[in-house]
Amino acid sequence: MMFSVLGAGVAGLCAATMLAERGARVEVIDPAPDPQGASWYAGGMLAPFCEGESAPLCVVENGRRAVDWWAARVPGVVRRGTLVVAPPRDRAELARFARATRGHAPADPGSLEPDLAGRFAEGLHYADEAHMDPRAALAALRARLAAMGVALRLGTDAEPRGQVIDCRGLAARDALPELRAVRGEMLLVEAPEVTLTRTVRLLHPRFPCYVVPRAGGRFLIGATMVESDDPGPISARATMELLSAAYALHPAFAEARVIEIGAGLRPAYPDNIPRIVERNGRIHLNGLYRHGFLLAPALAGELAATLYQETRHAS
Amino acid sequence: MLYGTALSSRLLLGTAQYPSPAILAEAISAAGAEVITVSLRREGPGGGAFRELIRASGCRILPNTAGCHSVKESVTTAHMARELFGTNWIKLEVIGHADTLQPDVFGLVEAARILAADGFAVFPYTTEDLIAGERLLAAGCEVLMPWGAPIGSGQGLRNREGLRAMRAAFPGVPLVIDAGLGAPSQAAEAMEMGYDAVLLNTAVAKAADPVAMARAFALAVEAGRAAHLAGLMPPRDMARPSTPVFGMAELA
Repeated sequence: MMFSVLGAGVAGLCAATMLAERGARVEVIDPAPDPQGASWYAGGMLAPFCEGESAPLCVVENGRRAVDWWAARVPGVVRRGTLVVAPPRDRAELARFARATRGHAPADPGSLEPDLAGRFAEGLHYADEAHMDPRAALAALRARLAAMGVALRLGTDAEPRGQVIDCRGLAARDALPELRAVRGEMLLVEAPEVTLTRTVRLLHPRFPCYVVPRAGGRFLIGATMVESDDPGPISARATMELLSAAYALHPAFAEARVIEIGAGLRPAYPDNIPRIVERNGRIHLNGLYRHGFLLAPALAGELAATLYQETRHAS
Repeated sequence: MLYGTALSSRLLLGTAQYPSPAILAEAISAAGAEVITVSLRREGPGGGAFRELIRASGCRILPNTAGCHSVKESVTTAHMARELFGTNWIKLEVIGHADTLQPDVFGLVEAARILAADGFAVFPYTTEDLIAGERLLAAGCEVLMPWGAPIGSGQGLRNREGLRAMRAAFPGVPLVIDAGLGAPSQAAEAMEMGYDAVLLNTAVAKAADPVAMARAFALAVEAGRAAHLAGLMPPRDMARPSTPVFGMAELA
């Protein structure tokens, strides 16, 4: 049996990987030569426990498997955990965050990240979390698929040759009207004066933000959550809020060079939980919301396990 | 009774910051809310999908001008709200201070006058200032919504005496405590003081279990209202035993 995966974002590439690893014949089709959907703007945090602050237990549990999944398949997974801090006047936020999540221990921010010494008296360390560069990870996954013999038909409107696995994100709204967009805005900056070795989340009652280190002294600062399907450029408000949050984390971010600003649209179901849906002969893997890199592996695994079983019964 | 609409629920709910629209819908139902407030300054016309989910709750929608800092912004947002939601109800916020989100009552009165003259039913987010309240009524508002504390702060009723004076000053006017409530006990207290309703968001949305917290607030609002109607005893300095002490048997 042949599978045609539509969409070469994180959902599609993970689905193709899991199917190909089962020995299935797979092709990946995407009209864009270099797909830049929601995955392109992702933070690259593998932070199941922190996400548990507002996400249900299934997100935490499925997300916990993501770090090992990625580390086994792509280079550049940094297992240094997440550090969560709050400005002195928002200490209550730290206590609330600690109550709402698991997998953390109290930590001295300065001893984990010397650049933050003296700036934050207390923090939470989520030691089992990790981060990576999502763009590099997707490129590595593509190369790996190609090496496994998967046809990557990118930049064409190719006709699917097999059973369609639809991973098109928001583009699948034509078939999944219950999908909605949740807009996210981010900045990529270069700040050679700042050294952070792990994801740092700054809690703030109004402007929470995370900073994910990237290679070459770069940092991703993200991300807003706006109930909107406006794909337009980042707003001045979001830019100000994200940059002032980064500045609150470390004043040297004021001297950072802004390399890139971007806005993406996350596909989400009304409960913000991704799922596999079969409709009109198509299998949809969608609704990854803000948890693409965290949950795509588990969802792709579920898909492959189901299909493999069905295929085996059929033969 | 708000602008001629009879409501049986005295708990109005905000719709921001919930873990998901699905949990929001459950919380609305657990709260028994009939009126929900929705922002659109930031979301703009692109927020159609979320607004559809909100509409599906069947509640009456009270759009708000959250995030507006000037008369012009809030009037423009109100017009957009009327078009998008097909309602003339508007929760009017004109923010004066970025840190405390305290209402700019001067801008508020001006915006209220413009909108009321244009046929809007204006629900002004104001302070407990009595003169501001009078001016808002004169501008055409039929309800006043004083803050309990700064938005999202969860501090409860920060100026009890001021709020009590406000209730006494506007006996026939529907008064709604809007913003600052963090705990059901605070909502109950507002209702005991004779406020007609409370409006809240963060305390429910950011609870570990928003649906259970929505239910807790609904119970508190009901209890506070029932207590107000039943007539509360005044606090006293001295103990007054419920059972007479004179004439009791001396057993020692």
